[in-house]
Amino acid sequence: MMTPNSIASNSSRGSIATVSVAVAIFGVLSLIIAGRTIDHAMSIQAMTFIALVTAFLVGTGMWAGNLLDRNPFDETKYEDTLVKYGVFASMFWGIAGLLVGVVIALQLTFPNIFYFPEWGWTNFGRLRPLHTSAVIFAFGGNVLLATSFYVVQRTCRTRIAGGMWPWFVFWGYQFFIVLAATGYLLGVTQSKEYAEPEWYVDLWLTIVWVAYLLVFLGTLWKRKEPHIYVANWFYLSFIVTIAMLHIVNNLSVPVSWTGTKSVQVFAGVQDAMTQWWYGHNAVGFFLTTGFLAIMYYFIPKRVNRPVYSYRLSIVHFWSLIFIYIWAGPHHLHYTALPQWAQTLGMTFSIMLWMPSWGGMINGVMTLSGAWDKLRTDPVVRMMVVSLAFYGMATFEGPLMSVRAVNSLSHYTEWGIGHVHSGALGWVGYISFGALYCLVPWLYKKKALYSKSLVEWHFWISTIGILFYMISMWFAGIMEGLMWRAYNEYGFLEYSFVETVEAKHISYMIRALGGLLYFSGALIMAYNLVRSAMGHGAAEPIDAKPDPYATPEPRATLVPAE
Amino acid sequence: MSIMNKHGLLERHSLLLTIGILVVVSIGGLIQMAPLAYMDNTIEKVDGMRPYTPLELMGRDIYIREGCYVCHSQMVRPLRDEVERYGHYSLAAESMYDHPFQWGSKRTGPDLARVGGKYSAEWQVDHLKDPRALVPESVMPPYAFLADKKLNYDRIEERLRTERMLGVPYTDEMIENAAGHIYAQADPDEKGYDYLDSLIEEYDGIAGRDGSVEYRDYDGDRTRVTEMDAIVAYLQMTGTLVDFSTYEANDLSNRR
Repeated sequence: MMTPNSIASNSSRGSIATVSVAVAIFGVLSLIIAGRTIDHAMSIQAMTFIALVTAFLVGTGMWAGNLLDRNPFDETKYEDTLVKYGVFASMFWGIAGLLVGVVIALQLTFPNIFYFPEWGWTNFGRLRPLHTSAVIFAFGGNVLLATSFYVVQRTCRTRIAGGMWPWFVFWGYQFFIVLAATGYLLGVTQSKEYAEPEWYVDLWLTIVWVAYLLVFLGTLWKRKEPHIYVANWFYLSFIVTIAMLHIVNNLSVPVSWTGTKSVQVFAGVQDAMTQWWYGHNAVGFFLTTGFLAIMYYFIPKRVNRPVYSYRLSIVHFWSLIFIYIWAGPHHLHYTALPQWAQTLGMTFSIMLWMPSWGGMINGVMTLSGAWDKLRTDPVVRMMVVSLAFYGMATFEGPLMSVRAVNSLSHYTEWGIGHVHSGALGWVGYISFGALYCLVPWLYKKKALYSKSLVEWHFWISTIGILFYMISMWFAGIMEGLMWRAYNEYGFLEYSFVETVEAKHISYMIRALGGLLYFSGALIMAYNLVRSAMGHGAAEPIDAKPDPYATPEPRATLVPAE
Repeated sequence: MSIMNKHGLLERHSLLLTIGILVVVSIGGLIQMAPLAYMDNTIEKVDGMRPYTPLELMGRDIYIREGCYVCHSQMVRPLRDEVERYGHYSLAAESMYDHPFQWGSKRTGPDLARVGGKYSAEWQVDHLKDPRALVPESVMPPYAFLADKKLNYDRIEERLRTERMLGVPYTDEMIENAAGHIYAQADPDEKGYDYLDSLIEEYDGIAGRDGSVEYRDYDGDRTRVTEMDAIVAYLQMTGTLVDFSTYEANDLSNRR
C-alpha cells in the first residue's frame, strides 16, 4: 500500500527521468545540428552543448544510481544543496566577469599593450558583451537563482517544488551562460545590448526560464503560509517580466536551422524601441526588482527586525513595476524615435524616482532599533551602503533622462559611470551581503571565517567604486562639453580624437578602481570558502534550534543536511 | 485604507498575483510600442533608400560580429555640434531596412552614421589594420586579420530571402544573383564583370537614382573577396543613400 509520502517521493523521483529525457532530446537535436551544419561557429557551439549534456546525463546517472533507498527529494527537508551550488556559481562567475571588466578597462587605457593583432577574439568589441553578460546574467542571475530558491522555501515553509526540475533550472542556466560566453568569443551575436545571444541560445534560455517560473509558482502553490511574503512578489515579477521582455526582444527568424545567424523581426525605429524597452527593463526587472527581493528578505533577517512598513511595500511594489516599464525611450532622446515616445519615457523616468526611493527608505528604515549593527556588522553595513548607492543611482537616472541633461550625458562615459554606481554599488553590494549571510546559514556555522576580511573587502571595494564613479563622471562631463565646444570663430573647438586623448588619465583611474573592486571580490571568495570549510570563527552550530531559520514546526521540517 | 486590506487577496492567490503583474507590466510597453508599427509618420518618406547589396550586408554582419556597435553609434542627433561634426542628423528612414538597428549607445569612437565617403577606402583599410599608425591617440582595436580571411557567403541567398520575408524589398533577381553581385561589387574587372550591370540596375532601380552602388576592389587584394572588402564596402556606403537635396525636413509629414 502506498502512503501519501511514498507517492510524493515516487513522483519526484520520476522527475529525474523526465529531466534526463528532456535534456537528452536537446542533446540529440544539437547532435543533428552539429552533423549538418556548414557554419564553423555553430559546429563549435553544438559540440560544446553536446559535451555539457553528456556530462550532465552521466553525472545524473551516477548520482541517481547511488541513491539506493534514499529519497533525494525528501519533502521534510529544504533543498539547500542547490542553494550552495548557486552561491559558488555566483562567486565563480562574479570573479570571471569582474576580471574581464578589468581587462577591457586596461585595453582602453593601454591599447598598445592589451590588444593582440592576430587574436581578433580578444578585441574590446567581443570582450565587452562577455563582461556585461558575465556580471549581469552569470553573476547576477546566479545570485537571483540561489537567493530565490532559498527565500521561497523559507517563506513558504516548504521544500522547493518539482523534484529534479530546480536542478534543471540551475544547470540549464549554466549551459546558457557557457553557450552565450563562448559564442561572443566566436563572434556570434545579434548585437542587441544585453540580449546578444543568437536564436538557439535564446530558445534554450526560454525553456529554462519557463521551468524556473513553474518551479517558483509550484513552490508558492504548496506553501504552508497563508500569505505570500513580499520578497516573493518581487521575485515573481522579476521572473514573469523577464520572460516577457526576453521573448519579445529576441523575436527573430534564423537564416538556417543549422546556422548561427538570424534576422531580427523588427527593423530601425521599431527595433530600437523594442531593444530599449527590453534594455531598460533588464535593469528594472533583473537588476532592480530581483535584488529588491533580496533586500526584503536578507536585511530584515540579518538585523532581526520586521520590514519597516507593510503598506509602503505594497505601494513600492506596484508603482515600481508599473512605472519602470515605460522608461525605455529615455535611451533614445533626440534620435529618430518619434518625440511623443521620448517624452513619455522621460516623464515616467522622473516619476520612477519616487517608488525607487520609497523602496530604499523601506529597506534602510528596517534597521530602526538596530542602527548599532551598522558599526558592529560589516555585512549589514554592506547591504545598507548598497541601498545608499541604489538611492544615488535612482536619483541620477531620472536626472539623466531629462532631455536637456541627456543631450550632454548620452553617448559619454557618464553613462558608464552611472550604470557602474548601480551595478558595483547596488547590485554588487546587496549580492555580497546575501552571499555573506547565506554561507554560514547554509553550512550551519556560527559566523564567517573572518569578520575583518569582510571589513577589508568593504573598504577596498568602496574605494574602488569611488575611483570608478568619480573618474567616469569627470571623463563623461568633460567629453560631453568638449564635443559641443566652439572656438571664437564659431568652429568646433576639438577634433574627436582630442576628446579621446583627454580621457586617458580618467581611464587609468577607472582601471585602478575596477582592480580594487575585483580584489575585494577575491577576498570575499577566500573568506566564503574558508567559512564553508568551517575554519576560523566559522564554528559549527551543534545546538538546535537553528537561530537563523524562520519559526517553523520542527517536527515536520528541518533544513536539509 | 480599505484598498490595502484587499491586497490580501493577491497575497493569498499566486495566480491572481501573477496575472496582476502581467497586466501591470504590459500597459506601458503596449502604449509605447504598438502605435509605432502602424503610425504613418513613424518613418518619413525619403528618396534614395535601397536595401544593402549582398557585399554591404556581409560587411554589416562583420561590423556586428566584431562588436563595433559597442563603441560607435550610428545616430546623429539634431544638435548643432553633431550636425557640424558628422553631417545631417539621422532619419528614421535610413535604418528602415536594418534588422537589427545599429544606433548604438556609446561613443568611445566617433559616430559612423555618415562615415561613408568621408575617408578613402585605402584609409579605411589601413586604419582598420592598425588604427594607431594613422591616429596615434586612438584606443581602437586592430583588425588586420579581416584582410586575411576569405569572405564566407555560403548562405547569401537564404539570407536575402529571410530579409525579404521580414519586409526588405529584395527582388528575385537580387536573390538569384547574390553571389555574383558580391564579386561584381568587390572585383568588378575580373570575375564579377558579368554581374556588374545587373547589380547596378537592380539596386539603383530601388534607390531611384544613378550611382547608389560603389564598386571597386576595396582591400587591394585582387585574388579573392575578403572580409576587409565587405566591411569597407559597408562603411563606405553608410549614410550616403538619402538624397538630402530633395529631403524636406519641415514637410508636415516629417514633423514628429
